[in-house]
Amino acid sequence: MFNKLDSNDRYMMIFFIIMVLAGPIILAPFGAGYPDLLQRFAIFGLFAIGFNILFGLTGYLSFGHAAFLGVGSYSAVWMFKLLTMNVIPALFLSVAVAGVFALAIGYISLRRSGIYFSILTLAFAQMSYNLAYSVLTPITNGETGLQLTLDDPRILDGANATGDIPSTNLFGLTMNSTYKAELLGMTFQFNVGFYFCAIILILGFYTALKIFRSPFGLMLRAIKTNQTRLNYTGLNSRPYTLAAFVISGMYAGMAGGLMAITDPLAGAERMQWTASGEVVLMTILGGAGTLLGPVLGAGFIKYFENIFSKINDNVLHAWFSFMPESIENLLVGVLHFFVGKGWHLTLGIVFMLVVIFMPGGLVEGGNRIYKSLRRRFGNADETQAAE
Amino acid sequence: MSFLEVRGVNKRFGGLQALDDVNLAVEEGTIHAIIGPNGAGKSTLLNCFVGKLIPDTGTVTFDGQSLLGLKPHQVNQVGVSRVFQTPEIFSDLTVMENVIIPCLAKRDGAFTLNGWSSVDAQADIREKAEQMLLDVNMADKRNMQAASLSRGDKRRLEMAMCLSQDPKLLLLDEPTAGMARADTNNTIDLLAEIQEKRKITKVVIEHDMHVVFSLAQKISVLAQGHVIVEDKPENIKGHPKVKEAYLGGAH
Amino acid sequence: MDAIILQILNGLDKGSAYALIALGLTLIFGTLGVVNFAHGALFMIGAFCAVTLSKVLNLYSIVIDPTKTDFLGNPLKVKIPYVVSWFGESAGMAIINWSVPLAIICAIPVMMLVGFAMERGLIKHFYKRPHADQILVTFGLAIVMQEIIKAFYGANPIPTPAPDLFKGSFDFGLMIGFAENTIIYPYWRLIYFVFSALILGLVFAFLQFTTFGMVVRAGMADRETVGLLGINIDRRFTIMFGLAASVAGLAGVMYTPINPPNYHMGMDFLVLSFVVVVVGGMGSLGGAVLAGFLLGVLESFASMNEVKTLLPGIDQIIIYLVAIVILLTRPRGLMGRAGVMEE
Repeated sequence: MFNKLDSNDRYMMIFFIIMVLAGPIILAPFGAGYPDLLQRFAIFGLFAIGFNILFGLTGYLSFGHAAFLGVGSYSAVWMFKLLTMNVIPALFLSVAVAGVFALAIGYISLRRSGIYFSILTLAFAQMSYNLAYSVLTPITNGETGLQLTLDDPRILDGANATGDIPSTNLFGLTMNSTYKAELLGMTFQFNVGFYFCAIILILGFYTALKIFRSPFGLMLRAIKTNQTRLNYTGLNSRPYTLAAFVISGMYAGMAGGLMAITDPLAGAERMQWTASGEVVLMTILGGAGTLLGPVLGAGFIKYFENIFSKINDNVLHAWFSFMPESIENLLVGVLHFFVGKGWHLTLGIVFMLVVIFMPGGLVEGGNRIYKSLRRRFGNADETQAAE
Repeated sequence: MSFLEVRGVNKRFGGLQALDDVNLAVEEGTIHAIIGPNGAGKSTLLNCFVGKLIPDTGTVTFDGQSLLGLKPHQVNQVGVSRVFQTPEIFSDLTVMENVIIPCLAKRDGAFTLNGWSSVDAQADIREKAEQMLLDVNMADKRNMQAASLSRGDKRRLEMAMCLSQDPKLLLLDEPTAGMARADTNNTIDLLAEIQEKRKITKVVIEHDMHVVFSLAQKISVLAQGHVIVEDKPENIKGHPKVKEAYLGGAH
Repeated sequence: MDAIILQILNGLDKGSAYALIALGLTLIFGTLGVVNFAHGALFMIGAFCAVTLSKVLNLYSIVIDPTKTDFLGNPLKVKIPYVVSWFGESAGMAIINWSVPLAIICAIPVMMLVGFAMERGLIKHFYKRPHADQILVTFGLAIVMQEIIKAFYGANPIPTPAPDLFKGSFDFGLMIGFAENTIIYPYWRLIYFVFSALILGLVFAFLQFTTFGMVVRAGMADRETVGLLGINIDRRFTIMFGLAASVAGLAGVMYTPINPPNYHMGMDFLVLSFVVVVVGGMGSLGGAVLAGFLLGVLESFASMNEVKTLLPGIDQIIIYLVAIVILLTRPRGLMGRAGVMEE
C-alpha cells in the first residue's frame, strides 16, 4: 500500500497507524482510554484533516464547515431509520449528501475570496442551522434532535424481535461492544466503534497525505501563495478550490456520519457556527497546512476539554492541600476560572497565544524545539570533534 | 497576417480615453517593444492581450485566433505567457516547485483532478523543470524557498517559469522597472541570451527607452493612448514625434 | 397599512442595534484595516456594564427597622441599599430605578479603556498580518471575553428592567390617526431608536465637522498619503478604536431592557452585524447604517404571519439570503467603495 510513498512519508504513515490503533493502550494511563473519548479523537481528527485540505492548503477560511458535519449526521440517522442499522450504507449516504451540499455551497461561496468567502460560508451555515431548527423539523426533528424509534421501518433489517432499539453494527458486529482487558492494574477497553472510526481516520489521513504530495495538492498550495501567477500560468483556480471545498465537505460529512454511528442521534446544534469555529481552532492549534497538525489539534482540544471540564474546586483543593491554607485558597480561587465550566476560557487564551506567537501551531512549536535540541547536540558533536 | 495583430482597439475609463484606435503588428520570432511615457496606456494595452481587460472596440488576434473574451488562464493555454513588473512567483514554494507548476499546466491543461499520484513520480515534469533551472543557472537554488531569493533571481525564476511552458509569445511588462543599473543590465543580458537560445516572439513594454534599443527589432511608441510611431529602433531614436511625446506636448 | 407601519417600527430597534455595531465594525475596518471578530463581545460588555451598575446600586446593608415587626413581634431586619441610606428614600430609589440610563455614564469611560487596551495591547500587532490571522485572534479574544463574563455572571440571562417611567407601551396608531389598538409600541423601543439615532448623528457630526474626524476620514480614503503628510495617524486610530468600542458598548447598555443580556449575546449579534457590514459595503459608514436599518426592518417583515405562511422559514434566513444575493451581485455592497478587500 505504501510502496509509492517516499521513505519519510512511509515512516510517518506507519507511526500514525500504530499510534491510532494502539490508542486505547497508550492513552489509558492518561485517563483517556475509554471508548467515548477515543471515538471523539478519531472523529474530530478526521473533521480537522478535511478542513485542513481546504484551509491549510488553499488558505480559504471557511466558517461554515459544521453544516456539512450536521448534514452527514442527519443522513446517517435517516439511513438507520429507513434502511438498515448497518453502518456502511449510512456512511456512504453521509459522504454523498455532504458532498452534494458542499458542491452547491462551494460553487456560490467560491465566487468571492478572503473575508467575503468566510462570511458567505458563515451565512450558509447559519441558514442551514436556522432552517434545521424551524421549517425542516419534519426532517431534522427540530430542537429534540433526530432519534431512532422502535417503529422505524428499517426495511433491510427485518422484524425486531427484542423490542429494544437495535444498535448500529457492521454486518452484525455491534459498534458499542467493548472488549476489556486488565493489565498492570489498568483496564484497557477495545471498542468496536472506536476501531471503526480509527480505520476511517487512517484511510482519511492516507488520502490527505496523497493529496498533499500530488500535483493537485501542489496547485492548492500555489493558490494560497499567488493566485494571480497561477491564473497567468494557465491554470483555472476555481475548479481547484471547488474540488478542495467539496473534498473537505465530504470529510466533514464522514465525521458527522461517524458521530451518528457511535451515537445514533443528530441535532441542529452540530451545525452552529461555534461548531465551525471549533474545527478552525483545532486546525490552527495543531498547525494549518501540516499533515499531523490537525489531528494533534483535535486530540489536544478534545483531551484537555475532557480533563479540564472534570476538574472542580474539590479536586483543586486536593492538589494544593500541601500548601498553607491562605495560598491554597488563593490558588484555587484563581484556577477556578480556568477549569470545569471555565475550560473555554483556557482554550480561548491558549488559542490566542498560539495565533500571536506560534502561527504554525503545535507542529511548528515541536519543530522549533527539535531544531534547537539538534543545534545543541550538533554543537556538542563539533566541540568533541575539536577536542 | 501578423503573429499578434491589434486592430482599432479603443478603451475608455470614464472620461479617460486610455487607448485610442491602437494598431499593432508583431511578427513571429521578433522582439517588439512598446514604449511610451507614463500614462500612455502601455499597461492597459497589455491587459487587453491577456484577458484582464476587454477593449470597447477593436480586435486582438494571436496566431489567427481572437484573444478577446478569454480569461487569463485561457490566454496562457493558447501559448501566451506574461512576466510582470514586480515578479509574480509562488513565494511560499520552493524554486523547483515554482517551475514544476507551469510544466504541469502545460501538460495537463487548466484543471486536472490529479490527487492520487505523487509530484515526485512525474519523471517527465521533473526532468523538464530541472533542465529549465540549469538553463537559467538556478539549479543550485532548487530547494530554496522562492521568497528568500534576491530580486534579480526572482525575475530570473519568473522568466524560467514562463519559458518552461515553451510559449509562442512572451509578454514582458517593464521587466527592469525599479531596478538598479546592474540588475537592469543583467536582465537585458538574460533576455538576449534567451532570444539566442529560443526564438520566442516577445512583446516588451518599457518606460526606459535605453533598455529596448539593444533588444528590439521593432518599436512602437505609444502616447496618450495612441501609437504615434512604429518603426525600427534606429529610426525611432531621433524621431521628432517621439521626442515630443517624451519631452512633453507643444513645448 | 397599519400592519406595515407596525413592522417597520418593530424592525427599528433591532435595526438600531445592528447599525450601531456595524458602524463600529466598519469604522475599525476602514481606519485600521482590521477585521474585528471581537466587536460583538464589546456590545455584550456594554450590556454587562448596565448589569454591573444595577447590581452595585442594589448593594444593601441589613438594618433593623424598629418600626416594623414580624409576625412574632420581633423587630424586622430589612435590606436597605446604600444609595437609599445616602440619598434618602425617594432619591435613592429613583437612582436604582434609573440604573440603565445611568449606566451610559459609566459605560463610556469603561468601553473607551477596553477599546484602548485592545488596540494597544493586541490589535496593533496585527495590522500587517493577513486578515485570516486578524479574524482568528479576535475570534479567540471574543471567546475569552465572553467566558470571563460567564465566569462572573453565570450563563443565564439577567433581566435588567428599564425605568418605571418607560415601562409599558403607548398607542402609536392613535397618535398618527389610526384606530385604537392597531399600533401598540413599547416606550423603551422608541427610546432605543431615538438614542441610536442620536449616537449615530453624534458620530457622523464628529467625523464631519472636527479636524480629528477629517483626518480619520482622509485616513480611511488613503492611509498612506495621510501618513506621508506627517500626521500621526496611529494615535488617532487608537482613539477611533475606543470610540467604536464605546458605540458598541452604548448599544449594549441600552439594549438590556429589550432583551436580558447573557454572555453569548455578542456572538449572536456579531454574525448578523458582519452580514450588515458586508451588505452595506466594507468600510462605508453610511452603508453600515443604511443596511443595519434595512435588514432590521426586513427581518421584522419576514416574521409577519402572512409572509411566513407564504414562505415558511423565511424569517430565519432572510438576512443571510439578502447578504448572499448582495455579495454575489454587488460585491462592494450597497455603498462600498471599489477596491476594498478585493483581490
